[in-house]
Amino acid sequence: MSQYSKDVSIAVGGSAGQGIQTVEAALVKILKDAGYGVFACKEYMSRVRGGSNSVEVRVSSTSAPRRAYVRRIDFLFAMDAASLEHLRWRIGEGTIVFGERAQVGDPGPVRFVDTPILRFANEAGGNPIYSNTVALGTILGLLGTPFSGAEDYLRSVFARKGEDIVGKNVEAARKGYEFGKHAAFVEDISIPLTPSEEKKDDIILDGTTALGIGAVAGGCDFISSYPMSPATGVLAFLAKEAKRFGIVVDQAEDEISAINAGIGASYAGARALVTTSGGGFDLMQEGVSLSGMIETPIVIHIGQRPGPATGLPTRTEQGDLNLALHAGHGEFARAIFAPGTLSEAVGTMQQAFETADRYQIPVFVLSDQYFLDSVTAVDLDELPRIPVKRHIARTTEDYLRYALTKDGLSPRGIPGHGDGLVCVDSDEHDESGHITESFAMRRSMMEKRTSRLTALRKDAIMPHAFDNLEGAETAVISWGSTCGTLVETLSRLGSAKLGGLHFSQVYPINPEVKKLLVGKEVIVIESNHSGQFADLLGRELGVKVSRRILKSTGEPFSVEELIEELRSEA
Amino acid sequence: MNPFDMPQETDIAWCPGCGNFPLLLILKNALRELGKDPKEVVIASGIGQAAKMPQYVDAHMFNGLHGRSIPAAMGIKLANRNLTVIAESGDGDIYGEGGNHLLHTARRNPDITVLVHNNMVYGLTKGQASPTSEEGMKNPIQPDGVIVEPFNPIAVALAVDVPFIARANVGDPAQAKEIIKAAISFKGFALVDLFVPCVVFNKQNTYQWYKDHTCPVPERHDPSNKAAAFELALETEKLPLGIIYRNDARELYEDRLGITDAPLHEREVSEVAFQELLAGYR
Repeated sequence: MSQYSKDVSIAVGGSAGQGIQTVEAALVKILKDAGYGVFACKEYMSRVRGGSNSVEVRVSSTSAPRRAYVRRIDFLFAMDAASLEHLRWRIGEGTIVFGERAQVGDPGPVRFVDTPILRFANEAGGNPIYSNTVALGTILGLLGTPFSGAEDYLRSVFARKGEDIVGKNVEAARKGYEFGKHAAFVEDISIPLTPSEEKKDDIILDGTTALGIGAVAGGCDFISSYPMSPATGVLAFLAKEAKRFGIVVDQAEDEISAINAGIGASYAGARALVTTSGGGFDLMQEGVSLSGMIETPIVIHIGQRPGPATGLPTRTEQGDLNLALHAGHGEFARAIFAPGTLSEAVGTMQQAFETADRYQIPVFVLSDQYFLDSVTAVDLDELPRIPVKRHIARTTEDYLRYALTKDGLSPRGIPGHGDGLVCVDSDEHDESGHITESFAMRRSMMEKRTSRLTALRKDAIMPHAFDNLEGAETAVISWGSTCGTLVETLSRLGSAKLGGLHFSQVYPINPEVKKLLVGKEVIVIESNHSGQFADLLGRELGVKVSRRILKSTGEPFSVEELIEELRSEA
Repeated sequence: MNPFDMPQETDIAWCPGCGNFPLLLILKNALRELGKDPKEVVIASGIGQAAKMPQYVDAHMFNGLHGRSIPAAMGIKLANRNLTVIAESGDGDIYGEGGNHLLHTARRNPDITVLVHNNMVYGLTKGQASPTSEEGMKNPIQPDGVIVEPFNPIAVALAVDVPFIARANVGDPAQAKEIIKAAISFKGFALVDLFVPCVVFNKQNTYQWYKDHTCPVPERHDPSNKAAAFELALETEKLPLGIIYRNDARELYEDRLGITDAPLHEREVSEVAFQELLAGYR
């Protein structure tokens, strides 16, 4: 018997254009509505058609939801021979492969269930296009969820296309469903996960949408950006919502234009955002320096992907922390956030705007492909909300944009709001914002621009401790997207020696953090080659990192991989 | 007394005799004659001697990065369309470093005015060739003379349908002022190429040279005739001064984006709309 008491990991592999992401979206929605905990992530090649891509959907109970990528595949749906080869390295003893022999050929030494996907598609709809709906039905049949969930979903999704299309999809799903139910019986598959009866008020988000919702909630008024994977989704999200919320969306001719337009809009009072990936951000760096010099807030989202240069455009990495940390010439204050859960992403984006406006600095939000494409349900009751405070002052006739103050922060005036003139200058400037070469003024202005770092540090978000960090001998640290993987790893290892600490703000670091780490060994998990955050921890807190667990292949860490790495410490 | 005069004595960083001095006066007079209030005027500039202009005008100033005055000006305009927004810099800044922004902002057509001090040389970096330097002009980087074709801003602007294209010479302040007034009053993206001699580094294109090598746009010229405007743009013997092209039919970027008169900082996130947004992901 094959029993899945904790969770089921389902992978669907196919070529680009075969609709495997449609299967993912459908499964997540149907299973969430049926009362399961769901998580999904995907990996894909940098091409529009063909190749081999896959999605992973993990189904668990809502009481112990899984929110991370696992290498293990329980049910693998191979839509073609190439995708089976592509995923073969993840096939283990427990994997059952579903596919149509005519499509996948000889599957090799695997537990294989010949599944008439194409035949059912043709029977139900007269078209291979229904294959993904057949696969969807088969998966739901295996899981034994009520078919009505699939039917309701297909009806709502295809309603616009007419009754004929709805009918064919429902029929395709039903054929798959019956086959799946039968296969579960024949293969002796048992899934004792109990769906939750309790109706939760939750929504399904991916990382991109969570950041987009956070930007809307954070009062983002303006975005100018140039498309670049994997960060384009945030631009597309805000474009879709532009009318509803009155947000101005500008597709820039290049990243240089994007950040300069953003800073211009911000100078005139708007909350401005740019979204890009490492290569595009490289072009924005002079703008970051400008934002620092003229103390004009800007929020910069970097959806990281592996570099250098074009690197692996559709893969994942946390390789641009140092870039964000050091971007722009000269010295000035900044803050960097890196959310690790989708609910945190909603909050982080709001916090980024608040911090940028309050401290009049450039603020970064770092994500990556894995995070942006990860999907889970988010409880609406837990959705963070931060009030939109503009931190804008009405100017008086004698207004000085850079009036010297104790904490280095001058009231931020904007043009057309009050009786004063607002002058900002990328040259070194005096209190009125006009060019100066006075060394004494230079000293005051340098002090002004950098002294706010003290307050920023004190205000920095404390990292989230979990798995009994206090009593643990070793602190295992994540930042950004590795959070979910570490949480599950530590919970599965169940060792009192290991505790977790997740940073959603990576710079500056609150000095209080040091107390959490006193007397502990420190291990840092990072999806990059050198351990950039480990270095930063050392510099910021003087903490000695005893071990770095690093990965820069372009794939996310799997839970199994981390368990293997940490077992010796447990 | 001009409301755009600086309230205090200012140490101006231009060289004696610089063409920027007459232009400063021309610009302030143009703004005053248009009845503008300094509190509604933003001058965005890049870097260079031309880009220092807003330092000496009592209005809002955004002195940003080299080549980037146009995107900054556009961002300012989109955030608050009630402001009169001018982008002002030199030929190296706007035609060279920021050339891409000129092309693509023209396609968008925001209501901003771009004033380019065209002195056919790099001033602040000391005498190198600029995009508009004439072939053969000797300079520190091309000691045997410039070996590349000069950039023709008028022809390029026409090609991307900049809806207001004019050229003026600060040696004729009266005409230059009227042209700048027309450009600022124009509803849309307006480009004025201004001949502004650099007396230190360009010994070739002097006040006298500009006087000898320019002529007014012919009286019979119809600025709405794009083909005729192209002919003027390709003139090399005598460079035409005046309004070369004008297209009043283009819709503003602000309007196409649905931007209202309320500045963006007054925008509030509707809680009802936000809850609707969330509900869409149930």
